[in-house]
Amino acid sequence: MEKPKIATTSLAGCFGCHMSFLDIDDRILNLIELIDFDKSPIDDIKEFTGRCLIGLIEGGCANEENVRVLHEFRRHCDILIAVGECTTMGGLPAMRNTIPLKECLEEAYLDGPTIFNPGAMIPNDQEIPLLLDKVYPCNEVVKIDYLISGCPPSADTIWEILTALLNNKPVDLAYGLIKYD
Amino acid sequence: MSDKVDFIIDGEEVSANPDQTILIAAEEAGIYIPRLCAMKDLVPFGACRVCTVLVNGRPQAACTQPVASGIIVENSSDKILKIRRTIIEMLFVEGNHYCMFCEKSGNCELQALAYRLGISAPDLPYLFPDRKVDATHPDILIDHNRCILCGRCVRASRDLDGKNVFQFVGRGLGKEVQVNSSAKLAATDIDVTDKAVGVCPVGALLPKRVGYRIPIGERLFDHNPIGHEIETNIHNSSVKE
Repeated sequence: MEKPKIATTSLAGCFGCHMSFLDIDDRILNLIELIDFDKSPIDDIKEFTGRCLIGLIEGGCANEENVRVLHEFRRHCDILIAVGECTTMGGLPAMRNTIPLKECLEEAYLDGPTIFNPGAMIPNDQEIPLLLDKVYPCNEVVKIDYLISGCPPSADTIWEILTALLNNKPVDLAYGLIKYD
Repeated sequence: MSDKVDFIIDGEEVSANPDQTILIAAEEAGIYIPRLCAMKDLVPFGACRVCTVLVNGRPQAACTQPVASGIIVENSSDKILKIRRTIIEMLFVEGNHYCMFCEKSGNCELQALAYRLGISAPDLPYLFPDRKVDATHPDILIDHNRCILCGRCVRASRDLDGKNVFQFVGRGLGKEVQVNSSAKLAATDIDVTDKAVGVCPVGALLPKRVGYRIPIGERLFDHNPIGHEIETNIHNSSVKE
């Protein structure tokens, strides 16, 4: 029988949640008995090769590409898990949400104390994904099945959820596995 | 003698003095009712509604509702837990609660209640309000982003410190805690040793230069849920008996 597949991605995140996922250490050998990785930075597969059981999302939606990838994950995955504070509430990138986007860009490219930009240009190439007006938590963009908070969530928390889902058991996190920091 | 009032919480019979609130009576019986604005030595306020229980099926704030003979109180039914989780989630999404860099994380009562109630993450739309930080005082700071309007600092400053440094201004989403001064916190007579500085359940009112002193793993709610002391006190005393 073909093994179920897991896809992972980092949107407006720092890859810290992926690092925390890798912190399951040698348990990854058990995991790989149960699943295959599909589109993921872990195996560097760039495009979906088929239907996936679980999609792990790291990071919120800060630009149009994040939204496109998130929709792609929703289309290809049976279960979407939002991993980490950025995914569930926007995280540190969401600190810009109280400042108008124009002011953010001007501070970053024109007015900041260490800026050298004689052409006074704000990057605007077609190759660069357009920024959204705000950073959005993923569950405000698509339906998310499980939210895991934490910055990052511990490897044990991620392991607990994955093993529960792969063994068809309800996800029930013990006290100490739910952390917001 | 028979001026005790008997009632039921979650099927358990509790005996209380007639002048007690449901919250205090339950606490003396070793039953923890979650709360944020209620605090020992402060007058009951009924602001946060986290202590909402069902009294004969009706939602009531346990911190202000007096006990009555024969009432049936639900503190842990699915219905009340659902209400309570929603209240906690609303407190999160109405402010800017960045636990990952907050000094109070691990010792925060709002966060601890979310942990206790098993909220893996708030699932309501975030408001991202634009709020300010007042760090003018040399020893104390106010971060309005984290304020949940519980009024503990307002009551503590007024009733315990006799200073009346804080007051609520505005209404609805515009409501906020302001200092009793047209200027900033530095212009008030608040002192870092005041009781008001220590009562904040979240990281909104903090003494400076003490953040992150307690390492992760040793903080207040790292191992035991909030309310654990209340639940275990009674257990210990009944063991002694």
